[in-house]
Amino acid sequence: MDMNQYLEIFIEESQEHLQSLNQSLLGLETNPKDMKILNEIFRVAHTIKGMAGTMGYSKMTNLTHQMENVLDDLRNGKIDVSTFMIDVLFECLDFLENSVNHIAGNGTEGNASADEIITKLNNILKGKATQEVAVTELKAPVIDQGIMKFNQYDNGVVAKAIEQGFNVFKVKILLDSGCMLKAARAFIVFQTVERYGEIIKAVPKVEDIEDENFENEFSIAIISLENEAVIRKELESISEITQVVFEKIEIADVDLSETNLENVTEAESFDPSQNEEKEATEDSHNKKSKTGKTVRVDIDRLDNLMNLVSELIIIKTRLEGVGTDNTNQDMGEAVEYLERITTNLHDAVMKVRMVPIERVFNRFPRMVRDLSKELNKDIDLIMSGEETELDRTVIDEIGDPLIHLIRNSIDHGIEDMGERVKRGKSSTGNLYLRAYQDGNSVVIEVEDDGNGIDLSKVRKKAVEKGIINKLEADSLDEKSSVELLFKPGFSTADKVSDISGRGVGLDVVKTKIESLNGIVEVETVSGKGSKFIIRLPLTLAIIQALMVTIGNEKYAIPLNVIRDITTIDAETIRNIHGQEVVLNRNNVLPIIRLNRVLDVEGSMTEEQKEMTIVVVKKGEKHAGFIVDNLIGQQEIVIKTLGKYLSGIRYIAGATILGDGQVALIIDTNSLI
Amino acid sequence: MAANITNKFVVFKLEDEEYGIDILRVKEIKEMIRITRVPKSPSFVRGVINLRGEVIPVIDLRKKFDMSQNIDTESTRIIIVLVDEITVGLIIDTSSEVLEIDKELIEEPPATIASIDHSYIYGIGKVKERLIILLDVSKIISITA
Repeated sequence: MDMNQYLEIFIEESQEHLQSLNQSLLGLETNPKDMKILNEIFRVAHTIKGMAGTMGYSKMTNLTHQMENVLDDLRNGKIDVSTFMIDVLFECLDFLENSVNHIAGNGTEGNASADEIITKLNNILKGKATQEVAVTELKAPVIDQGIMKFNQYDNGVVAKAIEQGFNVFKVKILLDSGCMLKAARAFIVFQTVERYGEIIKAVPKVEDIEDENFENEFSIAIISLENEAVIRKELESISEITQVVFEKIEIADVDLSETNLENVTEAESFDPSQNEEKEATEDSHNKKSKTGKTVRVDIDRLDNLMNLVSELIIIKTRLEGVGTDNTNQDMGEAVEYLERITTNLHDAVMKVRMVPIERVFNRFPRMVRDLSKELNKDIDLIMSGEETELDRTVIDEIGDPLIHLIRNSIDHGIEDMGERVKRGKSSTGNLYLRAYQDGNSVVIEVEDDGNGIDLSKVRKKAVEKGIINKLEADSLDEKSSVELLFKPGFSTADKVSDISGRGVGLDVVKTKIESLNGIVEVETVSGKGSKFIIRLPLTLAIIQALMVTIGNEKYAIPLNVIRDITTIDAETIRNIHGQEVVLNRNNVLPIIRLNRVLDVEGSMTEEQKEMTIVVVKKGEKHAGFIVDNLIGQQEIVIKTLGKYLSGIRYIAGATILGDGQVALIIDTNSLI
Repeated sequence: MAANITNKFVVFKLEDEEYGIDILRVKEIKEMIRITRVPKSPSFVRGVINLRGEVIPVIDLRKKFDMSQNIDTESTRIIIVLVDEITVGLIIDTSSEVLEIDKELIEEPPATIASIDHSYIYGIGKVKERLIILLDVSKIISITA
């Protein structure tokens, strides 16, 4: 059979499962006795084993099988959770992740061997009493295969099912003695039955059947709405099955002497080993309903959809222009309606592209755990706002900068335990990772309660590195000193981290964030900790902008960076150190004459007495842009200037106006 | 097909000289439309235009070849070319025709020719009495040039 068509699904699903495994393992470490988590881990390992087995990835199958053995003992209380075990399980996770990545890359599992990890797992198993090993090993093949007995729990389930009008059967299936792939046949049987109902019990146990630990027959108990004939017909049509024996169970057969029905639901929560089969079938049901409701879509198709919506918005803007000239009322109404629809369509498409930031955050608990072990620091990672949504393209890019910041905080920010106690802090360091939406942007904060940044050392270092001179250093205020951290060349050497404790590749972080049209800020209190604040736009492709004229050219300024618009008297402009400033709201506001910066000829602002300024913010900084005229607010579609004109200063991109003209978008970040 | 690659050229005029561009590079020829100036761009970049929803840079070939400047006229055209996945427009004086030039009639560019930088020229096509300077578009577009 050609497996390629399933490969993508396999990879996607494995990654999802591994993600949840990661979380569960972290959960297990803090709550070693939590059966629910343990069951979840077992379920995931089991699912991966099944999937990898089907796809023929033997290493993954072997490893997960061995994991199951350990987990099973864990579940049955034969062994206890230890740090060593968690470490080994994490190693398993890493190995599986690598394998999946390898498969995604070139279709094979890769050459890495799982033997070492398997040996470790075996050692864990052997760690328990030797007799027990013997017992479990013997037990499996000796299981009585003929008779299926219901325990109290099963009886409860069966009784309830019958009461609700389901048919319950015990089905004995006899395989052909020449059958080569017994487990595969059994799997087909399970699949077939699951189309009609649920399997509540199997003898031998499902895992044993999957491992071919049975002779030529096995029994299952089914709950179904269908009658015997339908299921029988389906089962008999499977090849290599010689006999199917049905036994219908009536309410009278069920021994309820020790059970009352109300107990059933409770039983599910406290008897995990028994309801495992049930869980497995339930799970497959959940999955079925899920796949019915979601569709995996290639991101390229979404991009294409986005482009089409962009085009539509351009046309809409154009029609609006036509509409206002036209006195026909119908036209106006139609355009208004069109506007509403395009806005909704735009929102809908944007929503499709939105992904919760959880996807990025998920990997951090593990990273923090590893780093804190490595550095022998005790660190609590406190995350919030994982459900905050961001555009998919941003999600893909934001991971690395965040890793950088988190590493920095752990490595240099949070002090050693001893040092913390000396300073009167709790020995456990706190690292906060927060995400939340703030108006039209999303804010991500990385905060620690560590050492903070010693700004005087930063200044000293900057002078040594030749980024600023001594005089400049002395006149720098707190804000500008922090800015030094983001200067390229400041950070590269690890010497910096020895002295200041900060600054590994922060310029890279800044560049990345700015390429996403975002900004980074730092708040720090020496000795108390520091906070890095990343602010990102919600969407990348379509924004609200203020259209202005400079001379006879039109430009767009993104609305989200504008603080306000005001007029000033030309005579109030002062000159400080060659920089023109005005007093605005009792603050000194630097002003930028856009006509000069952008070499626009014929601007009226040079002679005007009263000038319009657009006050633009970049983090805490502000600047006033002098423009000739304001046109108005407009929804614009951002287009790049293309490869040929990439790297043009002061221009963030272009947009097409309603009349087909191109207007440029001002990159306010580079101007302030 | 292979035989007739690159022997058809779009021929146009800059000042008094005739130039040709491989027709496979040419997407279309447009009449002059409104161009938006791009600040801080190289002097020979006249600006950007809207080509059916795409923003395309436009290069003034006269400027690029250091020729004297002319006012745009009725016959001024923009040739849209696609090279190495980059689409750009080239502003030229007049486009005249598509010519087929036999490979044998294309010569290496002589050391001293015309008024333009040597490296942009790919060959000289001879059609009867006419000399047509065949341009290597990818050289024109490469930013370093």
